[in-house]
Amino acid sequence: MQRLQSKQALEDLHQHLQAAREKTERYISVCTGTGCLANGAGEVLEALRREIDSAGLDVDVKAAGAGLIRGTGCHGFCGQGPLVVIFPEKIFYQRVKPKDAASIVKKTLVNGEVVNRLLYKDPNTGEPILHEHEIPYYKGQKRLLMSANGHIDPKSIEDYIAIGGYQALAKALTEMQPAAIIKEVTDAGLRGRGGAGFPTGWKWADAAKHESKVKYLVCNADEGDPGAYMDRSLLEGNPHSVIEGMIIGAWAVGATKGYIYVRKEYPLAMDNATKAIKDATAMGLLGDDILGTGFSFNIEIARGGGAFVAGESSALMASIMGQAAEPRSKYIHATQSGLYNKPTVLNNVETWANVPLIIKNGADWYAGIGTKTSKGTKIFSLVGDVKDTGLVEVPMGATLREVIFDIGGGIANDRKFKAVQTGGPSGGVLPESMLDMPIDFDNLAEVGSMMGSGGMIVMDEHTCMVDVARYYIEFLSRESCGKCTPCREGLRQMLDILTRITRGDATMDDLALLEELAVVVKEASLCGLGQTAPNPVLSTLKYFREEYEAHILEKRCPAGVCTELIHYEVIPEACTGCYLCKVRCPVEAIEGKPKEIHKIDQSKCIKCGVCMDVCRYDAIKVE
Amino acid sequence: MATLKKDPAQEVTRVLERYNRNPARMNEILQDLQDVFRYLPREVLQEVARQTHAPINRIYHIATFYKAFHLEPRGETVITVCTGTACHVRGSYRTLDMLSERLGIPAGGTTKDMKYTLDTVGCVGACALGPLVIVNGKYTGHVTAEKVDKLLKEIGANATASE
Repeated sequence: MQRLQSKQALEDLHQHLQAAREKTERYISVCTGTGCLANGAGEVLEALRREIDSAGLDVDVKAAGAGLIRGTGCHGFCGQGPLVVIFPEKIFYQRVKPKDAASIVKKTLVNGEVVNRLLYKDPNTGEPILHEHEIPYYKGQKRLLMSANGHIDPKSIEDYIAIGGYQALAKALTEMQPAAIIKEVTDAGLRGRGGAGFPTGWKWADAAKHESKVKYLVCNADEGDPGAYMDRSLLEGNPHSVIEGMIIGAWAVGATKGYIYVRKEYPLAMDNATKAIKDATAMGLLGDDILGTGFSFNIEIARGGGAFVAGESSALMASIMGQAAEPRSKYIHATQSGLYNKPTVLNNVETWANVPLIIKNGADWYAGIGTKTSKGTKIFSLVGDVKDTGLVEVPMGATLREVIFDIGGGIANDRKFKAVQTGGPSGGVLPESMLDMPIDFDNLAEVGSMMGSGGMIVMDEHTCMVDVARYYIEFLSRESCGKCTPCREGLRQMLDILTRITRGDATMDDLALLEELAVVVKEASLCGLGQTAPNPVLSTLKYFREEYEAHILEKRCPAGVCTELIHYEVIPEACTGCYLCKVRCPVEAIEGKPKEIHKIDQSKCIKCGVCMDVCRYDAIKVE
Repeated sequence: MATLKKDPAQEVTRVLERYNRNPARMNEILQDLQDVFRYLPREVLQEVARQTHAPINRIYHIATFYKAFHLEPRGETVITVCTGTACHVRGSYRTLDMLSERLGIPAGGTTKDMKYTLDTVGCVGACALGPLVIVNGKYTGHVTAEKVDKLLKEIGANATASE
């Protein structure tokens, strides 16, 4: 790899690489993000390579210095993986298996025909859709951060430079003074994507203000929110965009060293980021004397150990320093005294990835996207009981309905929408009446939830809200570091009450105590984990109080989830005596003969729900 | 406890050298040692303390703080159920109950013959595949309770109902 000594050298390389790409406009993009890989995308990629090799198709392309196939980062349409997109037409194939490789190569690449069985079908009309950009899931999105993911190999710095990568850095280093960069980020209105939405420009300005020979930057990739994975996809699919953002930030605040703190559960993100750091350093875009400007900055990866609290900024810094990830009270900002008591700027992965866009296109352009107080786009991980699952990038201010129904296709299995949970364990659960609310930092906070890192978990009518609240409190009580009493003891007591409610062992006095505890934990906890922990309880109590009361007063779980309060029964009119549930019951609790109505022996039943899952005649009900 | 197959002193030295004996990298040092021994045996932690001149309680503080560390031996096959929210609303708790019932061990437990460990993880970000089960690092998607027996059969576990 050749070291780039100047802005011009970068521009020349960009022109060269771009020209090579334009010569080979035909290419196949195979999503090799974690989700698709788990579905077998690695084997699909290999099978396609073999077929192309044996058909001798890539001779011309190789001569032009490119490959016909690109294993790219996450495309974001995770529910339909493995995904294969054929350019330039953007023919979109989904759920591709290795055995489909031969048809794709022979039919589509050689003969220009479409393999119909691999096309995506509109979940509501059943119509097959040929092109990626015509699919409602993609059509409703505005992809700024995710746009490159389908086009570049995350392990190739050349791919990133070919699409204009590191040009924002070159501009920042050669044309902009640090103060001008901070002003640009401030004027753009960028707010932290990690949770609370703190203004990024303010953090930078404060860190820049404090004199110190050593200053640090941290990229928080400890995405611990269950149900959120946009940071992983960015770091995994486009690591250079995050690194470029960090280098620009370093120049702006005068930082000398940066850390990317990645959780252990994200091995691919760690690999791709490590490779990106190595390549950027070799090309002179990172390390000493960046692009010949005399500015130096290094980045190191720190591996997290799987503690949710480590996502809290002061805990994360403790973890980088080799200690247990315990937070401290923040009477002094990290921007004054953070990592090793030096001024430190900590931003989340998605925040860093926004920086090159702002520098490249300007604050006015960026501030033109979004709502009055929340600018730019936000990536949500749309998961749970929704038809089309994956990562969705929309402008701030899009409504929940647009995201869940227009983009996500509505509720899976044609059930009814019940609630959507945003903001992870720190957020809240919102009911149907909130669907038309524009999503931004302040609107979500106002209704008792929060943006968080962007998890959006859709829940259908079969989800019990008390169980959901219990689920989060159990998670948080387990993850509480134990340093402060309100969080450690308060959550434990809240969990105890919630567990008793789900078992039908609680009274209305318990409910009052639960609410009282929630307020104390919120007000008295040391860090963000405890301060936001009661949100799932408070929001479900606010919008679904009748469900709590049904558990307490009627000993009934309306959604049919809480095992202590439910039992399964055969509906005699619907049962055909097909025997299937009897065969599949793991504890032999179902009695019956073929063609006769079956019966469940309640004393043996473990309430696993298998009978209901396997019954083809909807003849099992839960009471 | 079975004797360790590898020499703690030697392995600890090797891993510490990898990180230039920098105590700030303790998290990674312990992760690497766990990769070697598949858990963190007491002898190994004592050796880390000895070689880094750190009090043993500091090493234990870290080893017991982070979810990634295991202080007990693990089974040959580790079955991990994702209990992230997306998996939870799709019924991963039922998958976990069924696995627990079939293997005869609670979540976090290991079978007496040291063949299987049943574990949970907060979220691995493969939410589209929920409920997700990870067997020795390999992801299997859509494992609802009724698919547990099939999965166990594939990995060669005894899938008959335990008494």
